[in-house]
Amino acid sequence: MSALSPAPRRAGSSSGIRRGEAAAGWLFTAPVLIILGVFLLVPVLMALWVSFSDWTGRGSPFSSNVGFVGLDNYAAVTTGGGLAERDFGTALRNNAWYVLLVVPLQTALSLFLAVLVNRAILRGRGFFRTAFYFPSVTSSVAITVLWLFLFSSSGAINEVLSWLGVNGPNWFSDPSGVVHNLLGAVGVTSGPAMLTDHTLLGVSWWDWLAGPSVAMSAFILMAVFTTSGTFMLLFIAGLQNIGGDVQEAAMMDGANGWQRFWRVTLPQLKPVLFTVLTLGLIGTWQVFDQIYTGTQGGPGKTTLTPAYLSYSSAFLSQQWGQGAAIAFVLFVIIVALTILQRFVLRDRPVSRRRIRQYEVPGAGTPRPRRVPGAGTPRPRRSKGGTR
Amino acid sequence: MTATASPQATVLAEQHLDRPTRPAKHRLSRKALGWQIGLYALLIVLALVYIYPFLVQVATSFKTDAAAAADPISLTPQPFTWAAYERLFLNSDFPVWFGNSVVVTVFVTAGRVFFNSLAGYALARLQFRGRGIVFAGLIAVMAVPTVVLLIPKFLVINQLGIYDSYAGMILPLLVDAAGVFIMKNFFESIPPSVEEQARIDGAGTFRIFWSVVLPMARPALITIVILSFQGSWNELSHFVISTQSPELTTLTKGVASLASGQLSQGSQFPLKLAAAAIMTIPVAVVFFIFQRRIMNASEGAVKE
Repeated sequence: MSALSPAPRRAGSSSGIRRGEAAAGWLFTAPVLIILGVFLLVPVLMALWVSFSDWTGRGSPFSSNVGFVGLDNYAAVTTGGGLAERDFGTALRNNAWYVLLVVPLQTALSLFLAVLVNRAILRGRGFFRTAFYFPSVTSSVAITVLWLFLFSSSGAINEVLSWLGVNGPNWFSDPSGVVHNLLGAVGVTSGPAMLTDHTLLGVSWWDWLAGPSVAMSAFILMAVFTTSGTFMLLFIAGLQNIGGDVQEAAMMDGANGWQRFWRVTLPQLKPVLFTVLTLGLIGTWQVFDQIYTGTQGGPGKTTLTPAYLSYSSAFLSQQWGQGAAIAFVLFVIIVALTILQRFVLRDRPVSRRRIRQYEVPGAGTPRPRRVPGAGTPRPRRSKGGTR
Repeated sequence: MTATASPQATVLAEQHLDRPTRPAKHRLSRKALGWQIGLYALLIVLALVYIYPFLVQVATSFKTDAAAAADPISLTPQPFTWAAYERLFLNSDFPVWFGNSVVVTVFVTAGRVFFNSLAGYALARLQFRGRGIVFAGLIAVMAVPTVVLLIPKFLVINQLGIYDSYAGMILPLLVDAAGVFIMKNFFESIPPSVEEQARIDGAGTFRIFWSVVLPMARPALITIVILSFQGSWNELSHFVISTQSPELTTLTKGVASLASGQLSQGSQFPLKLAAAAIMTIPVAVVFFIFQRRIMNASEGAVKE
């Protein structure tokens, strides 16, 4: 079909020999295109329709007795004032805390592991790398089963805590929020009326600030445990791409190890950092397997996540329209946050104030990529200083 | 092969470089020695934290229910019992789950190796109108979060009448955009001169792909095999929405139902942990066989 109109060719390709290439090109990509089209593109369009319909899961969503209800499903989960809205608000609250804690923790831990393992002189590097990476290859189901055991009331974690004289909680049955518990420890057991009287998505501000429940905290630890290995590998690759010369220059300038890490290594790791944060952000908004396997949203809906809620509304409560609507809202959240993160971490032109610090009196144009050693007056934070 | 050789080469080079700088025994000051010991201590503690849970898992699967609750942390089961494994293999659907996981994994891996490399080759080498659009489409596809697709996939599988069948379990997983990219990048990295030669000799495009290019792509193909094996063996959500009958339950779905207590009364941790341990064995084996390549594969992905 496209053979009729000659495709724009790269210079140097002789058209006689390359006859039939267009057909082959389409033929070769056809299986991938068809499968992705049928099981990805078409489904998304179908689900978009379902999210605007009152389909109940019986028969085809395109049959004549399924009606168009406009934005009703979206309204039900965002402004309806009913259970659907409260569940969605709770799920967002839970997942937001999860993201807020998992992303920084896993990034910091994986960077820390990478720096440790990447030391020039280290025996058994392969062993340590393998040990840290191994949890990443196992399935989330198997890890969740293990976690349910480790964090059970008579499990290994509470056993270790008891050695330290701490009476461990009954992790996966404890719906109390961590922040609320901390406040409770200093005598604050109920929030100010300002926070308890006003709600967002059916959840009071006081409850938004409850923190992750103890049960969710166990999942947070699990996510950090299973993902840090993968991201460690990314950081190791990044570290190995950094040349030693800048390090040496900084060392000559008298920068100590700490300064070299923050001012020299970390700025050069920015592209990897960016990848890790993006992957982390996208991954942590899609918590499903752990919840499906472990808690099904309990205790007290404190491990409910939008992904699981979308599944359970559709498949368990037959609220297909709402389930699809939640999925699309989740999609928008993920896209929006990724764009926001891109914006925050974008490469900025170096500010005047910063440039002045790099300037050597009498020298030519300053090179912003040359990071100062310890000699210069301290520029506070070399990354993301100005929000 | 070059990929496996290079780390060893760098290790050798390192040792070689180290030697002249390290002759003086008193080079390590007491402070540096302290640092070194501290570093190893830290690394060993961390490694223990990462590995110990799996050791506990295996150990507990040989314990009795009472012993698992009474002593959750020891690595020596007392008394030692095979009860959990006997129950799993002789007295439950576990063998069926295992079989289904094997079937799905084999088909998905084979399909991905073939289709991903076909499409990757076309995108890397063949000039055809619309290639740019195909490429952009694949990038867009990769951006869609999988969890968002749960309901949509079910709708289409249901509509096509392949719900609760092997077709519904396997077909949607048969290709993946990321794999196409890996293959495309690989094909772009090998020189086109060999293909040109074959082309002049009169070989057709598929022939060139199949008998000239594909054999050269072994390292990339192994990467695809590893990734699809892990991906399909560990997949849960797709099977949750595409099947319902017990005969089609996979390991992940089956063990998840065990975990949420649908089949058992009481906690029965040895049984669940035994199931999870067996489920982990195949990926662990693949991991240890291809360890070096897995590490390199993930590293290579960022270098682009």
